[in-house]
Amino acid sequence: MDELWQASTPRLEAGDDGDSYYLNMGPQHPSMHGVLRLLLHMRGEELLDAEPVIGYAHRAHEKMAENRNYLMFLPNSSRVDYLSGMIYNLAYCQAMERLLGIEVPERAEHIRVIASELNRISSHLLWFGTFLLDLGGVTPFLYAFDDREEILAILERVTGSRLTYSYGRFGGVTQDIDPRFVEQTLAFLARLRGRMPEYHDLVSDNVIFRHRCEGVGLIDQQTALRYGVTGPCLRACGVPYDLRRAEPYGIYSRFSFEIPTQSAGDIFARYQVRLAEMEQSCRIIEQAIAVLPTGPVMPEKPKKRFKPDAGESYFAVESARGHFGIYIVSDGSEQPLRLKLRTPSFSNLSALPAVLKGTMIADTVAILGSVDVVLPEVDR
Amino acid sequence: MSLDGPWPHRALITVLTGAALMAYVAFNGMLLVWLERKVSARFQRRLGPTEVGWAGLLQSVADVVKLLAKQLITPRHVDAPLYHLAPVVVFVPVLAGISLFPFDQRLQLHDFNIGLVLLFALAGLGFLGIFMAGWGSNNKYALLGAMRAVAQNIAYEIPLILSTLPVVLLARSISLRQIVEAQHQLWFVLLQPVGFAIYFIAAVAETNRAPFDIPEAESELVAGFHTEYSGMRFALFFLAEYTNMTIVCMIAATLFLGGYVGPAWLPLPGWVWFFAKVYLLLLVMMWLRWTFPRLRFDQLMSFAWGVLIPLAIVNLLATAVVIKVWR
Repeated sequence: MDELWQASTPRLEAGDDGDSYYLNMGPQHPSMHGVLRLLLHMRGEELLDAEPVIGYAHRAHEKMAENRNYLMFLPNSSRVDYLSGMIYNLAYCQAMERLLGIEVPERAEHIRVIASELNRISSHLLWFGTFLLDLGGVTPFLYAFDDREEILAILERVTGSRLTYSYGRFGGVTQDIDPRFVEQTLAFLARLRGRMPEYHDLVSDNVIFRHRCEGVGLIDQQTALRYGVTGPCLRACGVPYDLRRAEPYGIYSRFSFEIPTQSAGDIFARYQVRLAEMEQSCRIIEQAIAVLPTGPVMPEKPKKRFKPDAGESYFAVESARGHFGIYIVSDGSEQPLRLKLRTPSFSNLSALPAVLKGTMIADTVAILGSVDVVLPEVDR
Repeated sequence: MSLDGPWPHRALITVLTGAALMAYVAFNGMLLVWLERKVSARFQRRLGPTEVGWAGLLQSVADVVKLLAKQLITPRHVDAPLYHLAPVVVFVPVLAGISLFPFDQRLQLHDFNIGLVLLFALAGLGFLGIFMAGWGSNNKYALLGAMRAVAQNIAYEIPLILSTLPVVLLARSISLRQIVEAQHQLWFVLLQPVGFAIYFIAAVAETNRAPFDIPEAESELVAGFHTEYSGMRFALFFLAEYTNMTIVCMIAATLFLGGYVGPAWLPLPGWVWFFAKVYLLLLVMMWLRWTFPRLRFDQLMSFAWGVLIPLAIVNLLATAVVIKVWR
């Protein structure tokens, strides 16, 4: 057992001062996200060092992709990140479309943007709730779930599922949306706009919340760039990098929206960026609905078997957590020779030990919450 | 009720009062658990318990039955005497504390002339049990929770007591009954608003309630000092916490809000006034819990030592000077 413990804790060395101790946080801990295990080296309440130990889920998505054909991997894609499954699912579809050279109907493109942005909002809402829960605030958690429920209901009507959507197909989407969908979505946007001031009153302006967040968990630009941190965590330290703008995919270049950034790089900055992003997503959805064209949502004759030419392709999207990329190597057969997922949580999590040093245990939980890690993404 | 008269009479009264207080403590615990669930549900726009009994009123009964029936799991390597004694040590001072209050003009077990001091002495004892639980559990999270509990208790006991001293100066007594009697004209909260605010904040911290629920901080320390307790042992900690809340609110009602004294134009029995004030304050504590996130440990400490204690000292000195000049 001791050897196992030593083997799984490669970097932290035993405290020889007789004053420090190790604290094993997770995988069974109320605020560990997913199956993350944090090995903490502590003195009293202070953290001397921390190491995330990953590798409990072993879902092996990449390996699974190499063992089945392109279409059969499709359901996996929305299980890599269970909070923004729609974005991941559509990302895989778009990666395949680029590889196969398939044209997507206009209406499907618009639906994809609407669905992705709804999913982004729902992911941020869940983050908002669980983050507050990590800080000890239970009520905002349920408010956020109340709002998120609306999105789930909307997406459930059109996709049939509430979490792992598998809504996209190579060339389009499985089902067309109806006027009721549009109506519900607009109603939700109005509702969320009404809720945002409430969130700011309840949380953003709260003295305790500000004390817990401001100046804590600083990720400076250099660290962020060195570790490949992306998404809201990167934008919170002043880098306006968002793939929807940097390398526009789909029809994002047609919409006007801002990339919210903050310069502080602390927990509060990440919080502000995410809240602002929800508002920007609302804007995008509104614009997409306003110009929603009619027509088919799939090509004339959808194919069942796909044999891309030998070659390789990389496709990246901005997920709720950052830069999500899919690298596919095709050897011309029905199965990918290699499929590699570049997931944002992995690199965001890698930056954690650098940030956690010298903080206190309560901050550890808050910082981890603010980074918004989804574990199946890390141990994929 | 009083403890005067021959000893069989005194013994009988003592036993009966003890039983009545036990019954009240148990009932109060159940009531507060139900209330907490309902209040939190309203704050969070959901229903709370509805299934068991009308408006879920029997939910607490079901909870108690469940807790009684649960297996008591004792981890290996605990420090057995400390581990097993801790829930009792937490609970007994609370029970003793609640027997000191004048619920009405004639409804008090015995009016000790040092009532307030005795009350604080008993309140301080509860943390011994918490530390025993954390230490005896032989678990790092529990120990961290226990250390926090002790530090927090020491830090907040000081402003708590300092904020009640001006009341003692005003009432010229530390007998709980006489403090209440001194408020027939004017409740002390009007003379001591700062003292009341300090007292209430410190009291919330003393009872380990959010936003000061640091010793059991769920998201950091799993459940803090009571991580390793299950079933009825856990329930005793829980009951002690709720009774502690009731006690600090009873102190607030007695010292600052006139205890059983109500406005003269609304003649209600004294105990109605007393319990109305107590449960109103308890509702405020629940409101705080379901609104605020938790403070960090060092912030909690610096708030006590840097803000509350100096403020309480200034308040005490100012009150003393004003009283000296006035009288």
